[in-house]
Amino acid sequence: MAMVLDKSHTGRVFATHLALIVFIALSLFPFLMIVSISLRAGNFAAGGIIPDHISLEHWKLALGFSYIDQFGHQVDPPFPVLHWLWNSCKVALMTAVVVLTLSTTCAYAFARLKFVGRKFGLNALFLMQMFPSVLSLIAIYAIFDQIGNYAPWLGIDSHGSLVLAYAGGVALHIWTIKGYFETIPVEIEEAALVDGASHFQTFRLVLLPMAVPILIVVFLLSFIGAIIEYPVASVLLHQEQNLTLAVGSKLYLYTQNYLWGDFAAAAILSGLPITVLFLLSQKWMVNGLTSGGVKG
Amino acid sequence: MQSKLARWAGSVLGLVLILASIWLITAVFRSGHTWVALTFTVILAGSIWLLASPRLYPWRYLYPGVFAALVFVVFPALYTVSIGFTNYSSTNLLTFDRATQYFLDQTYSAGGDALDMAIYPAGNDARVFLTAADGHSWVSDAINLDKPTGKPVELKVAPATAAPAGEKIAIRGVIALQPALKELRISVPDHVSKYQISGFSKVSPSAPLFQQNADGSLKNLQTGDVLKPNIKTGFYETTAGEKVAPGFTVKVGLANFTQLFTSTQFRGPLLKIFVWTVSFAAGTVLLTFVVGFLLAVALSWESLKFRGIYRVALFLPYAVPGFISILIFRGLFNENFGEINYVLHSLFGIKPEWFSNPWLARAMLLIVNTWLGYPYIMLLVMGLIKSIPSDLYEASAIHGGGAWTNLSRITLPLIAKPIMPLLLASFAFNFNNFVLISLLTAGGPDFADSLTPAGSTDILVSYTYRIAFQDSGQNFGLAAAISTVIFVLVGALSLLNLKLTRVNAPDRK
Repeated sequence: MAMVLDKSHTGRVFATHLALIVFIALSLFPFLMIVSISLRAGNFAAGGIIPDHISLEHWKLALGFSYIDQFGHQVDPPFPVLHWLWNSCKVALMTAVVVLTLSTTCAYAFARLKFVGRKFGLNALFLMQMFPSVLSLIAIYAIFDQIGNYAPWLGIDSHGSLVLAYAGGVALHIWTIKGYFETIPVEIEEAALVDGASHFQTFRLVLLPMAVPILIVVFLLSFIGAIIEYPVASVLLHQEQNLTLAVGSKLYLYTQNYLWGDFAAAAILSGLPITVLFLLSQKWMVNGLTSGGVKG
Repeated sequence: MQSKLARWAGSVLGLVLILASIWLITAVFRSGHTWVALTFTVILAGSIWLLASPRLYPWRYLYPGVFAALVFVVFPALYTVSIGFTNYSSTNLLTFDRATQYFLDQTYSAGGDALDMAIYPAGNDARVFLTAADGHSWVSDAINLDKPTGKPVELKVAPATAAPAGEKIAIRGVIALQPALKELRISVPDHVSKYQISGFSKVSPSAPLFQQNADGSLKNLQTGDVLKPNIKTGFYETTAGEKVAPGFTVKVGLANFTQLFTSTQFRGPLLKIFVWTVSFAAGTVLLTFVVGFLLAVALSWESLKFRGIYRVALFLPYAVPGFISILIFRGLFNENFGEINYVLHSLFGIKPEWFSNPWLARAMLLIVNTWLGYPYIMLLVMGLIKSIPSDLYEASAIHGGGAWTNLSRITLPLIAKPIMPLLLASFAFNFNNFVLISLLTAGGPDFADSLTPAGSTDILVSYTYRIAFQDSGQNFGLAAAISTVIFVLVGALSLLNLKLTRVNAPDRK
């Protein structure tokens, strides 16, 4: 854009830079603070952003080691952070697999097969994903309480129940995958059908390999969704050993038991992998969602 | 070859699933839930039919996903609505049959000779050893007494000549086993009444406390009083009209809704919470939009260098999982130990009470939520600005238009229409932003004058959650009624959104 620039232009550019830098400093303040807090000794001390002397006690506790404090007492980790992280990953992984399987097959039917109620089904799915599961918590609790009477590994306080509860949220993913399937020309599958392949074979051997980018995106989305989910997990899980990270982290900051330093270390430790995954998946997501099924 | 194997594996998997379902159904049937078992059977038969019929081929793909969505999204929603019409709560938790059974299971010591009881360990389990005054003794099989089962346990004893091997458990150990021991109904050979624990080392003959009359009322055999079930209140009541716990769940019609909208004790907090919910959601949308929009405009300015770096730095708050950043803020804002008050105190000498002053708590929520939400709006607006043809700005420059003219006459009007549905979706999301409220303030500071737990930062969903899961009364029925009201609100919003999206559809492409 070629334009005649007046004198005030440089001034405005400078002012914008300044404003942006101040804003970024403010918005990154919490992250800098939390790093600094995790390296300070003790759980209450307030200090400058750069600690006077660095103490690794919170990091030891977060990683599950005990340490000896200045009075010679042994301090044990307050909570099993790594165990919670493992629980979160386990639940998220199972959820992602189940959600991916359910939504891929559904999306195939919606995209390729003709059946009565197809349009209605799509609209219903669209409305369904708008309703937050928080509102159904009582019913979800009651349902899993009942299921637990017959199959304890799917009842309250089990990871199986959480996976099942999350598996219900397939609506959005079905839409996403269906949209991608529709960018793939149907002629390729028709050719396979003419050559004698069954519907299932065209689906598995022709369509799926071409849709790998979107499948990865949906896998990541449901994985992250399950890791950061809080309300349903807080209702279904009770015992400390069973908690996921999202539910467990809260225990650090009770007024009576305020483990601010320990929380800081645990938050960085557990937040880092998830954040990296999130950032990576953003990139994947843009690629997967924007590139069509066929390389042109 | 491979596909043959796959088909074979598929059939085996199907067979295993069917067998597992049948096993589950028989288990349900055996536990006495005939109707549930029947429903499951119908579902199973329907599923097999759906999956096997060639005419319904598409359903082989649809079925699992649709089934999951129906069972875990639609059914809970409908179930929630139906709970809204009942008095389901911690005092009325049981079904009518279970409550009746509870009374019929009650026993009392009917008099007669007591037997001495001693408990002997048997591995991880224990044996009960009884001795009569005349020297006869009986011993039971090993039984696990660590955990009470919640219902009466039948125990048979056989005549014995000597005490079981080992040291008998001391009185302190017996006290620990009390909950499980109290459930024992011991049948002793040649004795008609069952025995039941009546002290730490005694069992006495016991008799059922209640007898069911033909009209469904229960007669207390000890006092002669009659309990009548009241299907309006969900309790058995004495002739004097006194309620006897445990209550049972009954349909109460619109009572919960009437209570919500007419009772002043509820209407007061509910109205405040509703106003705050709307202002919170609207305020968040407004603030995130203003901040996100300004940043997006700045980052779209081509004269600005380092835009890539700025964008990454500004996007970071969005990349960190919400539950972590919200809890970080909860610590930073802490009134006594938090870093924000530390900075404010050293700079201005003030220590705002973020968590105990209602207005400051609300302000804090808006600040945090703006911080969490602006990157999303920023990204959206940046995308929309890109789609505005640049010749519009060139024309404006030729006519002498400044930055403000560009902003108010070109950028804003052009993105207003496509961003409207997205802002509406953001409103709906924040209307139900349970995670933020629950992790940051948990609704507090609480109103002092409210019957149910309610606070000045509670939004409707967090209020519902507290009624259902935190209040000592655990009033599921009332909470479900509020949920139902929110369902209607969210549904209306979604429909509006659907309409706006449709209206905009021709513009987009």
